[in-house]
Amino acid sequence: MNIIVCIKRVPDTETRIRVGDDGTSIDESGVKYVMSPYDEFAVEAALRTKEELGEGEVTVLTLGDDASQETLRTALAMGADKAVLLQGDVSPDGLATAKALAAEIGESDPPLVLLGVKAADDDQQQVGPMLATLLGRPCATAVSNFELKDGAVVCHSEVEGGTQVLELPLPAVVTITKGEFEPRYASLKGIMAAKRKPLETREAQSAPSRLEVKSMELPPEREAGKIVGEGADAVPELVRLLREEANVL
Amino acid sequence: MKILAVVEQRDGEVPGASREVISAAASLAEEAGGEAHALLLGGPEVSEQAAALGAFGAARVKVAAHDALAEYHPDGYPQVVRQAVEEGGYDAVLLPATSQGKDLAPRLAALLDVPLAQDITRASVAEGALELFRPVYAGKAFTQLKVDASPVLATLRPNVFQAQERDGGAEVESLEVELDPDSWPTVVASFEATGGDVPDVAEAAVVVSGGRGMKDPENWNLLEDLREALGSEAGLGASRAVVDAGWRPHGEQVGQTGKTVAPKLYFAIGISGAIQHLAGMRTAGTIVAVNRDPDAPIFKVADYGIVGDLFEVVPRLTQEVRDLKAQG
Ligand SMILES: Cc1cc2nc3c(=O)[nH]c(=O)nc-3n(C[C@H](O)[C@H](O)[C@H](O)COP(=O)(O)OP(=O)(O)OC[C@H]3O[C@@H](n4cnc5c(N)ncnc54)[C@H](O)[C@@H]3O)c2cc1C
Ligand SMILES: Nc1ncnc2c1ncn2[C@@H]1O[C@H](COP(=O)(O)O)[C@@H](O)[C@H]1O
Repeated sequence: MNIIVCIKRVPDTETRIRVGDDGTSIDESGVKYVMSPYDEFAVEAALRTKEELGEGEVTVLTLGDDASQETLRTALAMGADKAVLLQGDVSPDGLATAKALAAEIGESDPPLVLLGVKAADDDQQQVGPMLATLLGRPCATAVSNFELKDGAVVCHSEVEGGTQVLELPLPAVVTITKGEFEPRYASLKGIMAAKRKPLETREAQSAPSRLEVKSMELPPEREAGKIVGEGADAVPELVRLLREEANVL
Repeated sequence: MKILAVVEQRDGEVPGASREVISAAASLAEEAGGEAHALLLGGPEVSEQAAALGAFGAARVKVAAHDALAEYHPDGYPQVVRQAVEEGGYDAVLLPATSQGKDLAPRLAALLDVPLAQDITRASVAEGALELFRPVYAGKAFTQLKVDASPVLATLRPNVFQAQERDGGAEVESLEVELDPDSWPTVVASFEATGGDVPDVAEAAVVVSGGRGMKDPENWNLLEDLREALGSEAGLGASRAVVDAGWRPHGEQVGQTGKTVAPKLYFAIGISGAIQHLAGMRTAGTIVAVNRDPDAPIFKVADYGIVGDLFEVVPRLTQEVRDLKAQG
């Protein structure tokens, strides 16, 4: 079974964010970029599915600039078979991204498309279900585990208060959250092999972004509060403060 | 400005996050000059809850009642909301940023061909248009957005906006829907509840979170007791370290690769305060940290801290909270 995984290049989660000179985006100097963590789960899910079935091909797909090739190579080193870079602008408008991805995916029409539940930069949590809607395919979001069964994918989707089980007939789109798919590390052999795997580059069929960032700000520093005291003896004072000062008890 | 609040119902109730969305829609509509409506989807008896929504500011409540809408369905709900939006000619559509809302809204966006802003934490009106603010980089920064489309579509983060009761009832009207559930490809097979009556960490107004300092999953009874003492609005959270160790379910994880929470009150017990954990809870109203290491980074964001052994502090805290609640 052929699987496409959409992945995105984002700043490492350790990054200390600073606002750039334009006042609308981050200062990129010194920022280390990685594959978005949820996309790693999605790549892992695709690789395991292929391994279990013993056949098929895993393609990783990204919309971005040339620097995103590095992210694609990381996925190839994990074990993906081939990579496609759609060169184009990336904005917070997930619908514009979904349109560019749909234009590419519509052509190859794979039975399963996997994405991360959200990208660890804009945290928009939307591209997966938008893509599915554009392609006219069923979609399950925030899936921590899935199995293939009789031409369907059975998804365990994390919702408030529990897990919902959804059965989607293939072809389907699934967004992956943290759960069963702890990502593997690329082996040295994998890294070497990745250099020879196909990485295609083409112009994205970009749609204009209709969501514009007017300004970006850092959150107000949370003032370090007070250390109420040490040990259990400090508890009555803490409770008094929570009740009288913070008004939360 | 005509604003539609799309609300949820669960077990015959409209949850807090949905009431917040109605109130936010009402105050924005008031500011801009206009009206807020609410849309309620559910089974045949859902109409019973409709009139009560006026109390949160909806001038009109549209009800789509149908057997096939009793539970959220990812293929059915977006269609119905789309119909209501198109028929009503709304300038803005707001939903709660719950799992359901964040699943529904992107599908709706694609159907309406408009962009979507998820997880808004602040909204206001300027020059007759909505100004939306949302956290990015897991709360390490905030952006102000301009939406170049109509209707403006957004989800609002739970617990951030206030649900305000007002005077005045709502006009209730039914939305006539024609549905063909047999054509919906997705089968919603089952639901496994994890927490019983305990609210989910993403929705709870008070969160008690434990980290590796708890030492052993057996010790969670200490946090359970504290949670219970704090009342029915309190839920449980966890750091990734304890989720990865298998001590707690994934659904409880707070942080960059877990849930982002904004409760009124957050307790971080035996949690060091790694940047990825802070990302998930730094917008909480009041943060309390209990840690035996005075240099733990969690104290840099906590409003109140106690330096000490959690195994002594937590039981005492539970006792004091119980005593306080007993006094009324
Ligand atoms: C890509 C990525 C994503 C991540 N996402 C998340 C995420 O979503 N959420 C998250 O939480 N983490 C996340 N992490 C992990 C994060 O970096 C930390 O490793 C994790 O938060 C640490 O958990 P902890 O605070 O429970 O454990 P520790 O850092 O080990 O802290 C335990 C604390 O308990 C205190 N303690 C010990 N014993 C006692 C006692 N008896 N009484 C009082 N205090 C005591 C210690 O002083 C210490 O401060 C992520 C990491 C990466 C790389
Ligand atoms: N530029 C992109 N290229 C490829 N996939 C993307 C891109 N942006 C988002 N995605 C996918 O969509 C998921 C959700 O992203 P978002 O909706 O932006 O939070 C990500 O985890 C990726 O799988």
